[in-house]
Amino acid sequence: MPRLTERWGRSASAAAAALLPAAVLAILLPRVSAVLAGQVYRLEANWIPSHGMNFGFQLDGLSLLFSTLIVGIGLLVILYARYYLPERDKGGRFYAYLLFFMAAMLGVVLSTNLLQLWFFWELTSVSSFLLIGYWHHRSDARRGARMALTMTGAGGLALLGGFVLIGQTVGSYDIGQVLSNGHLIQSSGRYHAILILVLLGAFTKSAQFPFHFWLPHAMAAPTPVSAYLHSATMVKAGLFLLARLYPILAGTASWFLIVSITGMLTMLIGAYQALLKHDLKGLLAYSTISHLGLITLLFGMGSALAAVAAVFHIINHATFKASLFMAAGIIDHETGSRDMRKLNGLWKHMPITATLAMVAAAAMAGVPLLNGFLSKEMFFAETLDQSTLGSISWMIPVFATIGAAFSVAYSLRFIHDVFFNGEPVNLPRKPHEPPRYMRVPVEILVALCLIIGILPEYTAGKVLAGASTVVLGGQLPTYHLHIWHGLNTPFVMSVIAMFAGGAIYYGRGRIFKLQTFFPARDESRLFDDAMRKGQHFFRTLLDHFDNGSMQRAVFWLLFVALVFMMVPLMELDMTIGLRPQIPVDFVMISGATLLCVSSVATVIWHHQRLLAILLLSVVGLVVAIVFALFSAPDLALTQLSVEVVTIVLLLLSLHFLPKRIRNFSSPTIIIRDASLAVLIGGVVGTITFALLTQPFDTISGFFTENAKSLGGGTNVVNVILVDFRGFDTYGEISVLAIAAIGITALIDGIHQAKIPSDPNALGWAIDKHPMMLSVISQAMLPLAIVVSVYIFLRGHNLPGGGFIAGLITAIAMIQQYVAQGYTWLAARMPLNYPSMVAGGLLTAAMTGLGAFLWRQPFLKSWHGHPHLPLIGEIELASAMVFDLGVYLTVVGACMMILSRLGRLSSSSEAR
Amino acid sequence: MNHLPIVPILLPSLAGTLMLLPPLSKRLWLQRWITGFGLLALVVVAGALMVLAQQQIRIYALGGWQPPFGIVLVVDRMTALLLMTTAILASCAGLYSAENEDRQGPFFYSLFWFQIMGINGAFLTGDLFNLFVFFEVLLISSYALLIHGGGKEKTKAGFQYVSLNLIGSALFLVALGTLYGTVGSLNMADLAAKVRFLTPEEQILAKVGGLLLLLVFSLKAALLPLHFWLPKAYGAASASVAALFAILTKVGFYAICRVFSGIFGDNGGDLAHFAAPWIWPLAIATIAVGSVGIYAAASLRMATANVVIVSAGTLLLTLVVNDGQSLPIGLFYLLHSTAVTGALFLVADQMGTQRGAAPNQHVGTAPEKQSALLGWLFLTASVAAVGLPPLSGFVGKALLLQSTTRFIEQVWVWPALLISSFASLVAFSRAGTAYFWNATPSPSPPVGGDKLRLTQIVAISILLASTALMAVYADRILTYSQGAAEDLRRHPLTDSANLTEERSGLNAAHES
Repeated sequence: MPRLTERWGRSASAAAAALLPAAVLAILLPRVSAVLAGQVYRLEANWIPSHGMNFGFQLDGLSLLFSTLIVGIGLLVILYARYYLPERDKGGRFYAYLLFFMAAMLGVVLSTNLLQLWFFWELTSVSSFLLIGYWHHRSDARRGARMALTMTGAGGLALLGGFVLIGQTVGSYDIGQVLSNGHLIQSSGRYHAILILVLLGAFTKSAQFPFHFWLPHAMAAPTPVSAYLHSATMVKAGLFLLARLYPILAGTASWFLIVSITGMLTMLIGAYQALLKHDLKGLLAYSTISHLGLITLLFGMGSALAAVAAVFHIINHATFKASLFMAAGIIDHETGSRDMRKLNGLWKHMPITATLAMVAAAAMAGVPLLNGFLSKEMFFAETLDQSTLGSISWMIPVFATIGAAFSVAYSLRFIHDVFFNGEPVNLPRKPHEPPRYMRVPVEILVALCLIIGILPEYTAGKVLAGASTVVLGGQLPTYHLHIWHGLNTPFVMSVIAMFAGGAIYYGRGRIFKLQTFFPARDESRLFDDAMRKGQHFFRTLLDHFDNGSMQRAVFWLLFVALVFMMVPLMELDMTIGLRPQIPVDFVMISGATLLCVSSVATVIWHHQRLLAILLLSVVGLVVAIVFALFSAPDLALTQLSVEVVTIVLLLLSLHFLPKRIRNFSSPTIIIRDASLAVLIGGVVGTITFALLTQPFDTISGFFTENAKSLGGGTNVVNVILVDFRGFDTYGEISVLAIAAIGITALIDGIHQAKIPSDPNALGWAIDKHPMMLSVISQAMLPLAIVVSVYIFLRGHNLPGGGFIAGLITAIAMIQQYVAQGYTWLAARMPLNYPSMVAGGLLTAAMTGLGAFLWRQPFLKSWHGHPHLPLIGEIELASAMVFDLGVYLTVVGACMMILSRLGRLSSSSEAR
Repeated sequence: MNHLPIVPILLPSLAGTLMLLPPLSKRLWLQRWITGFGLLALVVVAGALMVLAQQQIRIYALGGWQPPFGIVLVVDRMTALLLMTTAILASCAGLYSAENEDRQGPFFYSLFWFQIMGINGAFLTGDLFNLFVFFEVLLISSYALLIHGGGKEKTKAGFQYVSLNLIGSALFLVALGTLYGTVGSLNMADLAAKVRFLTPEEQILAKVGGLLLLLVFSLKAALLPLHFWLPKAYGAASASVAALFAILTKVGFYAICRVFSGIFGDNGGDLAHFAAPWIWPLAIATIAVGSVGIYAAASLRMATANVVIVSAGTLLLTLVVNDGQSLPIGLFYLLHSTAVTGALFLVADQMGTQRGAAPNQHVGTAPEKQSALLGWLFLTASVAAVGLPPLSGFVGKALLLQSTTRFIEQVWVWPALLISSFASLVAFSRAGTAYFWNATPSPSPPVGGDKLRLTQIVAISILLASTALMAVYADRILTYSQGAAEDLRRHPLTDSANLTEERSGLNAAHES
């Protein structure tokens, strides 16, 4: 919607954007008291019920807290962004992304179903990606966006795994069901897997060490985004998850160890890094990390009060950090810089903003009377209660104090460096106060910090109680929200932290100097480089595996074939079956020898193409003889004619190939391939032998018995081809037709590219069209056609048929081409071969379709013996028309290929 | 006599044939219109078949010859679902091609239709030899389409493609011979009924035949290490052709399902699920290498081609995970990945051509002419491809994870699935930022190719919208695919009532 209203200016799009959160707020507010009283609103719809995925929303104390934060801060950010975005940006796209994010985030906190929660979880990653990369002309924005997406995306995938494991363990994805079955999870052997996967998801999202480094780089986003996503809401999604699943995951030693140590490390590292940053937003980013670590640590401690403190700190951190980011944005906006070495003494130029920022920073430091102080006190109190680490538990409060001291130090730096500390240095713009309404959101948030800080019980008390009850699964511990708890140990720790913080800030020069000993690192560049290197590595690896070589691909194919055939065969003990065998005679032995010798010879001389083709034709001829010998005359005829046509076509195409192959394989490869060939040959031979000697029980009997009675022909092969399995034939003639037009298209492509014939190729004979040949072949043509007609007609009963007849005709015509040349014949025999092919296909299809008229299935044949005057009884079968289609297609396809090759060669000769 | 089952084969065949004949052969605009209406009709027919198949498995005996002697077409829910997928994908590819690509070489629509004929035939046939025939139709037309438009790269890729597949065809014949010699039939249902009665020696030979079929189909499905042809072929083909090819690998998967769930499935006796130990490593290795391929891809097209490989491996997994009970999810995933890869090929092509310089590399150049539109299309397509919500990819992935319950299977399946998603996340976010965000506005007018036409946008949008709809109506689709998986296991010949009906009809026909 903001995208549509942006034509009316920035205010219009901002107002349009504010509609959604306002509406949500209108839904939320009337229900607040009921929810705080313990009521849970649910809204559910079936989505994929068969797999336990439903779609629903529920509003309880915890989701109420989070949705209020999301919507409330969202509204403020929308208002703020109206003034923050540059003049020329009407903000439509920005608000659209922002609302997308807001909806996704609300989805996360309101989901009733774990998978649905994940659904929205990933949407927040996607929207965050779009928002970080909003100023996409900047390379740091692109890198930051990519890195954030990669980290949170990876965590999201782990989380999905964790959720599915939970679902499988509990038997439901419904959050209510899952929460009430915590014992199932903790007692199952998968608890640790679940814990680690879920925590990976939560830690990447909430920027916990060692996944924290994406967050500072996400600061390349416009500041409203940083304030909203990367401090107040999205990064809290991980904490939300910890809170949501607290009842089922927390309470074990592993939970404590992993979560609290991660939190502690994150807190300390974040706090230290924050002090070092010269960039205002960098400081805030690391301080966010540090505070997120603090909250994680609180959840990790596992005590009820710590959980309450964690929830409380979520609220407090959201308020003061969002206002700080906005203040930083104002400063950036009005001065043109975020570098604290340049920004000095702004107090004089923007006193109101300075006051607001100072209050918020004080809250961050944990100064009394502000909200940050309260949760920090609770935190300290909890650290003192820890005994899980045994005798070294005392370290926890110490580290907590150190963390707090650094927190004070960087807050001081934020206040002192920016607003005091001399005069501004070389600022691009003259600093001044921002527009009135840009400050409003900050004012509201800072006011909240104060009110909560002073009157905690009356403001945040109920919401906190409502949310904590949900987190703790029902029982709320007794606690008191007061500003003053008396002079106890936590207060002493606070005081120590204050002074230590001051001291650290005072001595910061030494720390900066110390830091110069470490090389400066830019994680996003490192990350990018690592990605690039990984990519390069894998690409090299892949190229090594798939080097584009045809030989290698074929090798793998045949190798797998060999393995697939060999492994089962090894179980077979006896290959000779029980079938009686035919005695071997001289013809067979000589035929087999010829076959073997010519095959091997083809391979040996394959470098000399002409010789290889001639040898290959010997192989084909022997196969034809084998067919004839084992009483398959049809096959023999087909093989013979196919052989002739293919060899002629091969010879024609030789014209475009080099006479010899120049590339020779290395000996290793030759040995490899030869062994593979021998093995495959042996295995296939074994299989064939085993098969042929087995007693044979197939359906073939049906065909031989019924060819005459049902198919109307005595030639079983032909009846099978045109009738019993006529559909196969229909498919095969389609293949032939497609091959013909495919080859035509291919050759046309070559033709247009004007590829010359290879200079080393076989030239044509000098005497192009010998007289004898042309005379004889002209005389032969009618004869050959008569033969093919004869073969065609007798096909149904004797060896022959459309396919063989077609090939014979094709051979006769090829001979004309050879004898007369392409140009001569093309002029005298203007046949449109594509039409001929199509006509053949159409004839076959129409024969099949004819059966529809008699309400019979496609290709249903008809045959009869009508009695014609003079001629007598003749046998007719619809299958013959089908066969005619086959004939036409075969002739057409062969001639089409031939004529294209011929045209190509004549044109290349002409050049 | 209901002739509907043969229409998905005959219609493409006739369309392809007629476009070779004079009134149509010279008039491209007429071919376009006829193709449009033909595809629409195909969608309607597929819809009708989906409804029919839900009532009963339909058998269409060609030539009236009863199975197992003649060839039958079988329409069950599995087939109907795939016919529909093909029809929709082909419609989008056709729509996209009609702007420009069909002009780049002769016979485009003829080949296009023959391609559909081959695909539909492979889905419909109930006979293994007939499947071989349709594999040939499919192969030879895909080869011709692959080199459509010509050029060195296409010819080279096509050569490897066709050579490997011809060797595959030869092995297919060896496999068929072995099976026929052992079991004595090639009708799938008849085979399914007979395999459990084989003697131990025959079982071994049947295994050899079966595994060879697995090899041949794996070659089609581009499983490791038989995938070498795919990246080059898909990378080189014209965009609409590559999009149409998105269904080709699925034909291989479909055939594997028919053989290893239908014939050597639950009712296979001693041979039941004998191939599962072979399928597992194939699937996992395919996903692994495909993921690495996505991650390492230098161009968007290569990344997409590797997405096809990963999805092939994932599909195969669903056949063996959980003893094949996850197959319905696999079918859902099949629909998803077909739509997504189809769309990605189309979008990637436009992204490449519109930017003019460096069409296929992840570097910044002048912006695409329609960078906003393309950006959104690409974002949607890649969200679906990576498997992020709210599109269908996430549903398939989550369900597949969920259905893997045994620990030993989880150890293999989960990392494979999650890491492949991660690889594509990295690859597509890098591509997206490089193509759309890293654009330097150039002072000179853009030099790239034409803008997307409205029809092309519609074509891409249909595919992308279907992934969204699949997520919304996931439950219905899953119910249907559940039925499809059941149909696959329960073959019509074992369903005696069904057959007797057909047989009595047949005999009556003969007597009349």
